[in-house]
Amino acid sequence: MRTAAATGTEPRVDDTVALGRASIGEARGTRVAVALAALALGFACWSFLLGPYDLSPRALFTGVLDGQGVAGVIAQQIRFPRAALALVIGAALGGSGAALQGLFCNPLASPDVTGVTSTAGLGAVLALYFGLAAIHPAILPAFAIAGALATAGILYLLSRRGAGVVALILAGVAIASFATALTALALSFSANPYAMSEMVLWMMGSLKDRTLDDLAYALPLVAVGLALLMTAARGLDALTLGEDAAKSLGVDVASVRGRVIVGVALATGAATAVAGSIGFVGLVVPHLLRPFCGYRPAQLIVPSAIGGAALVAAADVAVRLIAPDGQLLLGVVTAMLGAPFFLWLILKMKREP
Amino acid sequence: MSATLIFENAAVRYGARQVLNDISLQFEAGAVTGIVGPNGAGKTTLLRAALGLLPLASGTVRVLNKPLAMWPRGALARAVAYLPQGGEAKWPMLAREVVMLGRLPHRPAFAAPQATDDRAVSEALARCDAGAFAERRMDELSAGERTRVLFARALATGAPVLLADEPAAFLDPAHQLRLMDLLREEARRGTTVAVTLHDLPLAARHCDEIVVLQEGRVAADGAPDIALSDEALARVFGVAALRVPDPGGGRDALASFRRV
Repeated sequence: MRTAAATGTEPRVDDTVALGRASIGEARGTRVAVALAALALGFACWSFLLGPYDLSPRALFTGVLDGQGVAGVIAQQIRFPRAALALVIGAALGGSGAALQGLFCNPLASPDVTGVTSTAGLGAVLALYFGLAAIHPAILPAFAIAGALATAGILYLLSRRGAGVVALILAGVAIASFATALTALALSFSANPYAMSEMVLWMMGSLKDRTLDDLAYALPLVAVGLALLMTAARGLDALTLGEDAAKSLGVDVASVRGRVIVGVALATGAATAVAGSIGFVGLVVPHLLRPFCGYRPAQLIVPSAIGGAALVAAADVAVRLIAPDGQLLLGVVTAMLGAPFFLWLILKMKREP
Repeated sequence: MSATLIFENAAVRYGARQVLNDISLQFEAGAVTGIVGPNGAGKTTLLRAALGLLPLASGTVRVLNKPLAMWPRGALARAVAYLPQGGEAKWPMLAREVVMLGRLPHRPAFAAPQATDDRAVSEALARCDAGAFAERRMDELSAGERTRVLFARALATGAPVLLADEPAAFLDPAHQLRLMDLLREEARRGTTVAVTLHDLPLAARHCDEIVVLQEGRVAADGAPDIALSDEALARVFGVAALRVPDPGGGRDALASFRRV
């Protein structure tokens, strides 16, 4: 190993200087997270103020508190759930993407690229169109979560058998196509005159016409899922060194994997049950935020959840600004931003093997 | 001296294949033990078995006199540090953050690093001459610099047993010597150091004890002169060595090999 003289620098880094730099890095991550949180709240408020029925901000804000009159009903039953769900769903997708990328040590992993959201959507469609969702309100999210869990489990088994990056992504593509085909099949069989348009809604995702009930089941499920991901955070940091090294550091790798898989399934499944599959949020957000978080998987989960919330809230505002008639779907906007980004990411990875 | 890592008739199987067979070994505190052997002899398997990463088919492994099965996960991680072969940090984290991972066994869940952790990290970096690039990202470092950071990660744990799998691979001669000095220094602090090595001359010259593995069995062990005797080299590796006396009065060096 090179001697200190050869490097031309002091062999011992002054402790305080070193600590100072490390904490500056962390402070930067925190600053970014706070800025994103402000952005997310800003877009949520904007979303709250947007709608076909022209109401003053004042009427809406008093309406959401007292629930009186037309403004109250619109604010409480329509605008608030939509704005809040955008945050919840974005947080679920962003946090899940960060955790999956950490687990697979791969910047291309995310709930949508790996097909998790597609099978979650399939689960939701099966529950809805065969009348199962009518039996109990928990059945719809349960089916979506089961769908997400199935795919996450398959990917986990593949990665355990040594499947590389390309194999995982291709498996995700295959699973997503299969789930989309089955979704179309299920909708064709169901006695539903609007099958085609419903199908598009599930595949592209939308927050239109969501209710407080949707928020009531999505919020706790997403919160539990994200909390589970947080408990796995340290293990994800250790997995940076590989599985054997992580185990030698006392990390229960099987448990970390299990928590990430279940956490992602809960958060993504609940989000998809409400809004259909919204693509690319889980891919793009963690990737953009990673440099601000010192490339540490553990530090990335919370900022990604906040960033995801900001992105989905912003996209949901954009959808209504571009097409006020409500014909543009949320997933169209995220895919228009995300798909070129995905391609760019692949090209970049090709250059730096 | 006392043995802190003990194998008693240990055996490991992959399916039907017996990869380690009837291994009985004692690794002494304060000594550098080199584990050598032809490819596929079971060197890595031996280290992984010592960490409990592989189940034993029979026999026992004792760490600090306690059977491996009785160690709680976290306590074992503080007792035995492991540097896997060809390790890399898969995300381009700061070198200092990578070394901080070595402190995970000492940190309660969700706790931020304490001053003791920071000190241990700085010290480990300095000992590996890696302090100068502590604040740089792993992808900005050369392969040799990354190796030193990863070695510092293993040292930062401060475990009484250090297992390193082929740490000298891909290092140029000067770095190899520096690495062996570091292992020696670590042993002098009372650590039990077990290291697999491909390079027989390096092992013969720098290790206190040598274990020669062949097809999952201990073919020879003891001081380098004994474990790597002409007879053992011929039997296990199928080579004869040219031995060159050290003008400094140290052990003879293995200079070159020919097939026998």
